[in-house]
Amino acid sequence: MPVSIQHGRSANHTLRIVCPNGHLGFAPIKTGSFQIGCHCEPDLICADSGSCDVGPVPLGADISSSPLQWQVDDLETMLLASRRLGVPMIVGSAGDTGTNSRVDLFVGIIRDLANKHGLSRFRVGYFYSEVSKDALRRRIVDRDTVMGLDGRPPLDLATLDATERIVAVAGIHPYIKLLNEGAGVIIGGRSSDCAIFAAPAIRQGFPEDLAYFYGKVLECASFCAEPYGAKESVLGEITIDDVKVTALLPEQRCTIASVAGHAMYERANPFYEYFLGGHIDMSQCHYEQYDERTVRVTGPRYVPASELRVKLEGAGKIGERYVGIVGVRDPYTIANIDLVTAWARQQVVERFGDSGYELHFTIYGRNAILGDKEPLRAAPAHELGIVVQGVAPTKAMAEEVCMIATRQMFYARLPQVKGTAGGVAFLLDEVMRASPAYRWTLNHTMPVDDPLELFPTFIVEAGI
Amino acid sequence: MTASRKLSEIAKTIRSKNAGVDKITFDIVFPDSSTYDQVRKSGVLSRAAVCRVFGIAAEQISDHVEFDPALAIKFTIYRRVPSGSPGDADIFGSQQYGPLLDIEVPGV
Repeated sequence: MPVSIQHGRSANHTLRIVCPNGHLGFAPIKTGSFQIGCHCEPDLICADSGSCDVGPVPLGADISSSPLQWQVDDLETMLLASRRLGVPMIVGSAGDTGTNSRVDLFVGIIRDLANKHGLSRFRVGYFYSEVSKDALRRRIVDRDTVMGLDGRPPLDLATLDATERIVAVAGIHPYIKLLNEGAGVIIGGRSSDCAIFAAPAIRQGFPEDLAYFYGKVLECASFCAEPYGAKESVLGEITIDDVKVTALLPEQRCTIASVAGHAMYERANPFYEYFLGGHIDMSQCHYEQYDERTVRVTGPRYVPASELRVKLEGAGKIGERYVGIVGVRDPYTIANIDLVTAWARQQVVERFGDSGYELHFTIYGRNAILGDKEPLRAAPAHELGIVVQGVAPTKAMAEEVCMIATRQMFYARLPQVKGTAGGVAFLLDEVMRASPAYRWTLNHTMPVDDPLELFPTFIVEAGI
Repeated sequence: MTASRKLSEIAKTIRSKNAGVDKITFDIVFPDSSTYDQVRKSGVLSRAAVCRVFGIAAEQISDHVEFDPALAIKFTIYRRVPSGSPGDADIFGSQQYGPLLDIEVPGV
């Protein structure tokens, strides 16, 4: 029998949420701590499935970053618990990106699982988050500024034209609408992580100050606990006075340091979290150890926005991509590796000119990971691994760009080199097709009149 | 002569991670308030010091804060290109903290 948490429900009206995973589908839920959570009388089971961390390829190519079976397994774990306990289940930003196809995929999985397990009928609510390029084009033409974030300039037509797909980041609003319509399972398009948890709390009248923070602290599951161990469940409880978060894996605890530390995780500033409708100010948060595995937090503030602005994420294709891999062991060649790559690049220039493609050399053993910021770039290792990427409009050209650059490193002309039978070592005498290259084209915001206007909601039935 | 120790010996956590698609954020977390205070006072993680370590200009740092509740110093820098663009070799931004480990902290 799993160990339940130590504290009973607070005397005040409370809402409890179990969060089993901070990026559903990306790495499997650890089910032991999740089952403990299911014994803690949760009112909902919620998880975020989205992340920009996977890079621009999934959004641009409209794919998920992980195998379908992992997504099915995580959804099955949550769905069976949710129906057994009779509490709603919410998943946000379906399939990493929250595009329409990922929402449809997750809704389909839920309906298939309901049939597979013979679950009694329930309502599945979902919403879309994609924004059409035409809609943004009209905004730009009408001089309705689509503002850049993080130092980016306002969106222009050239950047929009270079974009493949765009999602807007929803707030609490479509989730509340779908809960009001009786959804037992909600599959969200792209949305703010914290909205998934804040929505049911705000809907039930808990203060926005606490509800948004409640979402912020729960959204990464066990990342707010210590010792480090991902994909374990945590339990959150909100009252009208406070937020509590409890580690559910017996080996983990939520501590003041771990919960406060999580407030700064993967954000530029630990004090503020922005979303559609406003932001939370965490600068006055007070953290206290409530019991051995639980931290109690008071003092976050919700600051409503003076203007509703929705965040937009977009990715655009640069081209097809091939990858080659070579190694270097000769110390003289290592010391002159920039001459080797320059030679290889020049051979590509002679074939294709100096534009219309991209060629990248990533030099492991010197400064691959930090680039120009590497303080030790003048002291390379005794052997180097060099990854060559060729990016071009067609597969054939990308293959050739990559192949010329990779092969010609072998023939690089260094004046003093002793080894004249080949300048590099090949792992494979071939170049490999990789995913097409994309880039983040949109990291912007635009004004909306209604927080629901970009997020159409739908209800379907599932089960038998 | 003042004794010094490496940041990796006295910090509890030293990590880097994407903060959105255009920035990377660094968290250096200390086990107790005396260590946290000493590092703060030493200036080895000041804006200027961070710029020297990574060879970047001051305007490339978007945020630099001391976060008392977590006993942490946190700073955020702009990426050269957005995460996952071809040529970017750290899509999650998770291995950018290496140069911080060997920073010498005097008087600890």
